[in-house]
Amino acid sequence: MNLANYIQLPFVQNALIVGVLVSLCTALLGVTLVLRRFSFIGDGLSHVAFGAMTVAAVVGLTNDMVLVLPVTVVCAVLLLSVGQNAKVKGDASVAMISVGALAVGYLLMNLFPPSGRSNISGDVCTTLFGGTSILTLRPEEVTISIVLSAVVVLFFIFFYHKIFAITFDESFAGATGARTKLYNLLLAVVIAVVVVLAMDLVGSLLISALVVFPALSAMRIFKSFRSVTVCAAIISVTCTIAGILSAAQFNTPVGSTIVVADIVVFAVFSLIGWITQK
Amino acid sequence: MALLTCEDLSLGYEGKPILEHVSFRVEAGDYLCIVGENGSGKSTLIKTILGLRRPLHGKIYAGDRPSGTGGGKLPPSKRLKRSEIGYLPQQTVVQRDFPASVLEIVRSGCQGRQGLRPFYSKADKQLAMENIRRMGLEKLVKRCYRDLSGGQQQRVLLARALCATRRLLLLDEPVSGLDPRVTAEMYQLISDLNRKEGVTIIMVSHDLGAALQYATHILHVGAHVWFGTRDDYLQSKVGSSFLKQGGMPE
Repeated sequence: MNLANYIQLPFVQNALIVGVLVSLCTALLGVTLVLRRFSFIGDGLSHVAFGAMTVAAVVGLTNDMVLVLPVTVVCAVLLLSVGQNAKVKGDASVAMISVGALAVGYLLMNLFPPSGRSNISGDVCTTLFGGTSILTLRPEEVTISIVLSAVVVLFFIFFYHKIFAITFDESFAGATGARTKLYNLLLAVVIAVVVVLAMDLVGSLLISALVVFPALSAMRIFKSFRSVTVCAAIISVTCTIAGILSAAQFNTPVGSTIVVADIVVFAVFSLIGWITQK
Repeated sequence: MALLTCEDLSLGYEGKPILEHVSFRVEAGDYLCIVGENGSGKSTLIKTILGLRRPLHGKIYAGDRPSGTGGGKLPPSKRLKRSEIGYLPQQTVVQRDFPASVLEIVRSGCQGRQGLRPFYSKADKQLAMENIRRMGLEKLVKRCYRDLSGGQQQRVLLARALCATRRLLLLDEPVSGLDPRVTAEMYQLISDLNRKEGVTIIMVSHDLGAALQYATHILHVGAHVWFGTRDDYLQSKVGSSFLKQGGMPE
């Protein structure tokens, strides 16, 4: 099937819509996460979401969002807002929660295999690497994604200057009267929402790639916060579209194809950055 | 009348005090230097004054002591507000490779007054430009922070702090890592703000020479806490022994 016909298919259109929106959200938040040394939070939270998903499957919830979203939000809040003063420091607590949730999730799936599913490792693989889930989205999932992404983008625009202030210098922002705790809390909630959204797109393991690559690529070349943010968003959306389309052409897994596209862009941008700085 | 009064503060971590019985007053127009050995709790004191940490014990008042012996109380409208404090923190690792333009950083100094307003007003933008000019950064407005020299970076952060306040500026080791010439420029800049523009300064420094050259008051922290004017400090036991340790001429 050629590309033009392929794009006509409703499920491909759904995948493109959700893909563009989710990668836009991950890129926007990625800039602040990378700069605050929280690159791995996406990874950690996605494993939490994976754990919650298996619990939902074991309990037999039809709509696992009801469980997955709140659990991920709580963990994000714990990691981002409490984590900075806690005795277990940022990266260690992320590693702890991430691996813990992954192990418990897998254990639960094996102990209580969800009824009607015999292929556990196939299920796990899909949750971790995305598989084809983005091509099998149900209409209500598409609607939820659109609404949540719109909320995230609006949040980002509305709080853009505050996010910049706390990312660049949280102590200064706090000392001069900005409500840093509130903004950190909101940011944690939004990040959790984005991670849960991105699970369907690239799967649990590859979410970090969507978070870090566009931001890092943009930082190779651009020198202001605004230009880095805008560039990261453009890179991310472009790579996602390219990834989804070439996955269809070459019959490769969608998630990893998108990430490879991001890696290629990173390499190109690094090269350009290296040349222009000389 | 005092801008800030601290009474019998004890500071520390997890209930263990590292600094005790600190009392001092800062009047409008003062230049207070906080000196003391490394690890004596200077930066912790600054963070406590800023409200980023809670003291273990004691009180910080905006203005004079509210009642009793401390004299008159400022009407609420004249009291120092959180959003009227400017702060020049020590640089963090995060900032060293941060992609941000000078303009973006200086404007973020206005953030404390923003509340939930999403964008900067015209007045905010004008104030930012004014402070950029005051710090002589006009030509660097579009430049990236990480590409600037250490002295330029400090001036950017000072411009940002001035966007937050015209009343009280807290500086935490503002010259660390700067070469002698730039250090002298920085001290001159701070001194001008204090003398010509009436900005009250509280500065943490381990550079005793500069502290004694510019400050009007000294707060010495450590095992013995001492507070008073610069001249009294030079005569005091704490002051003269600290000077000898530091190998400074008396």
